[in-house]
Amino acid sequence: MATHVEADHHGPPLANQSSRVDSRVLGMFLFIASEVMLFGAFFTAYFFVRVVNGIEWPTEGLHLPVFVAGVNTCILVTSSFTVHWALQSIKRDNRAGMKAGLVLTLALGFVFLLTQAREYSRVGFAPSDGAFGTIFYGLTGLHGAHVFVGLMLLTFATIRAFRGHYSAAHHHGVEIPGIYWHFVDVMWIVVYTTIYIL
Amino acid sequence: MINPFRSEAEAFRFLIRTIAYFAVIAAAALIDKWLGVAVFVLATGVVVWWLFFRGDPKRPIRTAPARRGGEGERRILVVANETVGGSTLRDRIRERSEGVRAQVLVVSPALNTPIRHWASDEDGARAVAETRLEESLGRLRSGGIDARGEVGDSEPLQAIEDALRTFGADEIIISTHPEGRSQWLERGIVSQARERFAVPITHVVVDLDADREEIR
Repeated sequence: MATHVEADHHGPPLANQSSRVDSRVLGMFLFIASEVMLFGAFFTAYFFVRVVNGIEWPTEGLHLPVFVAGVNTCILVTSSFTVHWALQSIKRDNRAGMKAGLVLTLALGFVFLLTQAREYSRVGFAPSDGAFGTIFYGLTGLHGAHVFVGLMLLTFATIRAFRGHYSAAHHHGVEIPGIYWHFVDVMWIVVYTTIYIL
Repeated sequence: MINPFRSEAEAFRFLIRTIAYFAVIAAAALIDKWLGVAVFVLATGVVVWWLFFRGDPKRPIRTAPARRGGEGERRILVVANETVGGSTLRDRIRERSEGVRAQVLVVSPALNTPIRHWASDEDGARAVAETRLEESLGRLRSGGIDARGEVGDSEPLQAIEDALRTFGADEIIISTHPEGRSQWLERGIVSQARERFAVPITHVVVDLDADREEIR
């Protein structure tokens, strides 16, 4: 049997799979590490502008919509609960719960993005309006792009869920976008606290 | 360090902790800027301690492998890096094989550097371990012991666990260098193996340089 498999195998030799490091866990670890570095670069710029150069935050005459962004934060945090609910549901073979959780997460994510777009249109300054504007749009825009990617992943998961995919034993397609979504949510907590509150 | 994103449930817990962490800092900063800084330093210190310095509260669950051998058969698992071949080890295996049908499996961990391991660059380590294994099996066979072997994970405990799943040993023999020269002993591999596996474990110390061996 082994000989048969070897005879059918083309291309490079099969990689040795260590039972200690799961390739999916390692992949997620490396991905998150690269994302942390990306956000870290933007936060470094924020640190230099605000702490090292000591510019006024926000620049005089400009106002950040702390309350609206706070409501948006609640929306995004709630979406983490709904995606968690979706996964817990499919782990118990509750397909209705999974579908409801995914649809709610998608809806909340879209509301978050729409609110952010509306905030951009009314905030009263542009990225070109000094270092403050650049940092604000850079960090929130980078995060918004991640939300958009997360929504794409969740859309695929939702479509597959409605087409009958996933089960209690096989739910990787929901779990991986869920992990990504929580990461995006964690990053928003950091962005909201540093940009809007502190 | 623990990866907080290795499952959705862990990522969710991490999110909740992140919210708590920033909520405390933000609340303190709103009261007074310097109080916020103090809370930030304190909270960050707690997080760093928790991530890097707290002892692992979870003791390993002691597991016993499923018995695989037939009646009157004894399965002996020998784990050694480069120390297989001494006469005491051979005598020990022979002694345990007397009067029964013995199956001996020698596992040679593919010792590797951490960076190469994480980069999955294991080909070199496995090739070296393979050579070592062939040499060990040759020595055992020349001593009248019929053994087979396989290359295992670079982490000896994981190599044992992997072998137990497929081989299901009745007894494990771990061969190491003497104290002071053995990295495995320094890392407490033998004691950890005794904590983790509900199988009789014999530790054989082989001093290849002095050709002196001892059983513990």
